[in-house]
Amino acid sequence: MKLTRRNMIAISSGAAVVASFGAMPAFASLADDAIAEITGGAEMGEGALTITAPEIAENGNTVPISFDAPGAVMVALFADGNPTPKVASFKFGKLSPSHSASTRIRLAGTQNVVAVAQMEDGSFQKTQANIKVTIGGCGG
Amino acid sequence: MAKGVKPRVKVPKTASAGETITIKTLISHKMESGQRKDSDGNAIPRSIINRFTADFNGENVIDVTLEPAVSTNPYFQFDSVVPESGDFKFTWYDDDGSVYEETKSIKVG
Repeated sequence: MKLTRRNMIAISSGAAVVASFGAMPAFASLADDAIAEITGGAEMGEGALTITAPEIAENGNTVPISFDAPGAVMVALFADGNPTPKVASFKFGKLSPSHSASTRIRLAGTQNVVAVAQMEDGSFQKTQANIKVTIGGCGG
Repeated sequence: MAKGVKPRVKVPKTASAGETITIKTLISHKMESGQRKDSDGNAIPRSIINRFTADFNGENVIDVTLEPAVSTNPYFQFDSVVPESGDFKFTWYDDDGSVYEETKSIKVG
């Protein structure tokens, strides 16, 4: 095949499409892997766990997040668009009445924050919140 | 030991027996994520607080594992039941091996 200008454009745009498709699920699977590490691939229910987070975060360096997970022994937070998706995990002792906590986290960009809770009976609950980030918090 | 690390904790001074109180903790720490680069393009090594625990009279209330995605000056707010008078003990574990501690007494009256 002769390398004409038209061919070059066709090839390069094809490559760009492949590259963009290749990059997107890579992030998602990182978070999924991290979640599977905790749950062991178990089915996750929904409902008992709630996250409170802003819809739009001006500054990705400090995004306030709080969660409420009655009946949970452990809650782990993940950010699926961060270079390392794990954020923090909370274990609750006997003296913790509400199994809720608030903290501030870093987000690299607009993404989902996922919370996974391990309940007292060993089952897992999951919920997520989408947060739009104006300025990412990963330095550079 | 990282410089300028100062824990700050807010616990009510008194409570009634069995009451649920809210505790706020903050520790000044730069939480260097290991993702950033300096002006020469070299990665700045990770230096974070990787664990935080709160105990009341030896009984665990909360045990948090922190990753680099937790913001500078890690802040936590959580609840605890106060069954009797005693001490809350808060402990932060640094990547470099330092341990920062803070104790607050509460009276049940």
